Amino acid sequence: MESFYQLLSNDIRFQEGLKACISCGTCTAICPAAQVSDYDPRMLVEMVQTRNEEVLLELLNGDAIWRCGECLSCKTRCPRGNTPGHIIQALRALSIKTGLFADSKQGNLQLEIKRTVGEHILKYGYCVHIDEIDTGKYPEQGPVWEWFRENRESLLARLGANYNHEGAGTLRKISNRSLEDLQAIFIETGAMERFQQIESGSAKQAKDEK
Amino acid sequence: MKNKNQRWLSYQKEIADDHYYFARSCIRQNFFPASETIFLKILREELGKDIFDDPEQTTCTGIAYHSGIIPLETTMTVVARQFALMTRAGHENFVCSCVTSFGIYIEVLELWKHFPEQEKKTREALLKSTGLDFKIPVNLVHTSDIIYKFRDQIAAKASLKLVNCTGGNPLKIVDHVGCHYAKIFPDKGIGGAEYPYVLAGLIDAWGGEQVDYPERRHCCGFGFRQYLIKENRGYSVTNSKFKFESMAPYHPDLIIANCPGCTFFLDRWQYVISEMENKTYDSEGYGIPVLTYEEVAGLVLGYDPWDLGLQLHQVDVEPLLIKLGVIYSQEGKYKGMNGEELGKPAKPQFLKTH
Ligand code: SF4
Ligand code: SF4
Repeated sequence: MESFYQLLSNDIRFQEGLKACISCGTCTAICPAAQVSDYDPRMLVEMVQTRNEEVLLELLNGDAIWRCGECLSCKTRCPRGNTPGHIIQALRALSIKTGLFADSKQGNLQLEIKRTVGEHILKYGYCVHIDEIDTGKYPEQGPVWEWFRENRESLLARLGANYNHEGAGTLRKISNRSLEDLQAIFIETGAMERFQQIESGSAKQAKDEK
Repeated sequence: MKNKNQRWLSYQKEIADDHYYFARSCIRQNFFPASETIFLKILREELGKDIFDDPEQTTCTGIAYHSGIIPLETTMTVVARQFALMTRAGHENFVCSCVTSFGIYIEVLELWKHFPEQEKKTREALLKSTGLDFKIPVNLVHTSDIIYKFRDQIAAKASLKLVNCTGGNPLKIVDHVGCHYAKIFPDKGIGGAEYPYVLAGLIDAWGGEQVDYPERRHCCGFGFRQYLIKENRGYSVTNSKFKFESMAPYHPDLIIANCPGCTFFLDRWQYVISEMENKTYDSEGYGIPVLTYEEVAGLVLGYDPWDLGLQLHQVDVEPLLIKLGVIYSQEGKYKGMNGEELGKPAKPQFLKTH
């Protein structure tokens, strides 16, 4: 079997993201995730750079790789052209592929995103959709949103949208042809497989916990 | 002087003059549902431009991609499909209405330059799954780049300036360009990562005053998976709070945001902070209004604020309209398509609304 490091190196984001880290800490200084959680991109890049399989395992089955917010501020600032945010993308992909994501609390939460954003894409053609966003799941939406949602047919028509109708325009119904294209692309390029990995990894974890 | 000008030139970018292919945004459509319609209206009716609004286009998958639930290959192939639709429509200037998408499109194009075999693989995957082929866009920009390009033409048609109608002082305006506009590929954004000017240029051209504050470049806190997972949302609100705390001493009258996600967070987290801490970042208790650049352009051009969808913001925009001297109907705010009364939203606990 290929080593974790080899598998990571096959990912072009890893090749783009890791040159040689001098451990200067600039990324950590500007990182919004480091400001609000126990997360340190400098340390993470150092750990990856050790190429030590045990250290990499610790990353792949832990919470740290799930803390990054993918703002990519680190890309702008690293004096050595590294991008911790890209290294994270490769680590997350490998963590799901190997099933190790399900060992961490944060990794397991990927299921929530797959079942919302992931499924919305195939149902509506977009990542988010007004019909799915209620103030129970999203209380920060607030009372104006609640009022908007209750009256959406009329308000969206007033604002020139094409809500749930065929043709062009805001919040239109996406044609079956386009949805079929997305579905076919998801099958061909491994998104369906990844969805399956997320579902089965999380299901196994839930069973083990019981 | 020549040197200085030359240096500034390196912060400029090529923005096509006409004939655009338009790609909508997942977030802008839902939360600022008039913005894209206004953008198209301004381009077609005010500026006389040709822009194609294709019913077949879809998400770029950016939110799913940055949350780690789909592979890079999927995103590349969906992006390739968008380019194929553009090619099929006979266009070559691609315009997207979302900063996350903008970052995604540029990233895919850059990766294909660095890894040509990946572009080949994507072409094969697209052909196999959809039968489509594509050309790379000649020009690829964000919608705000186009508003920036034509800011002086818009100013020439303006019915108001971004100034306080009593006293005539310029309004103090915070710009938020969004991380993925210029932090990933600084040379692709007007002004680069150091001096992003895409929104500041609008403020300057339309009579307002830029607010420079310490956390001006800090992330709004979206964090993709960090917002999407309910229990992680503290990440998001805390980062927005850093910004509000940092800008408040400068007394901004308005925030303009580039990315629909940022606009949404900077609006809604003010409501949440007010509910949690009974705290607002203006002196009157209404909060600081947060608008998209299309909405601001619409106001400058004299459009009715309720046709711009400003009644759908949680932070009330009426204090801003009063400062600007916009004449608006208070009853019209809560009316539907045929002028019917739709009731009113409930009042927040602390955040004041008119
Ligand atoms: S900024 Fe770059 S060189 Fe410095 S610690 Fe971070 S990754 Fe390493
Ligand atoms: S991309 Fe991730 S690691 Fe980089 S600055 Fe943003 S949150 Fe931090």
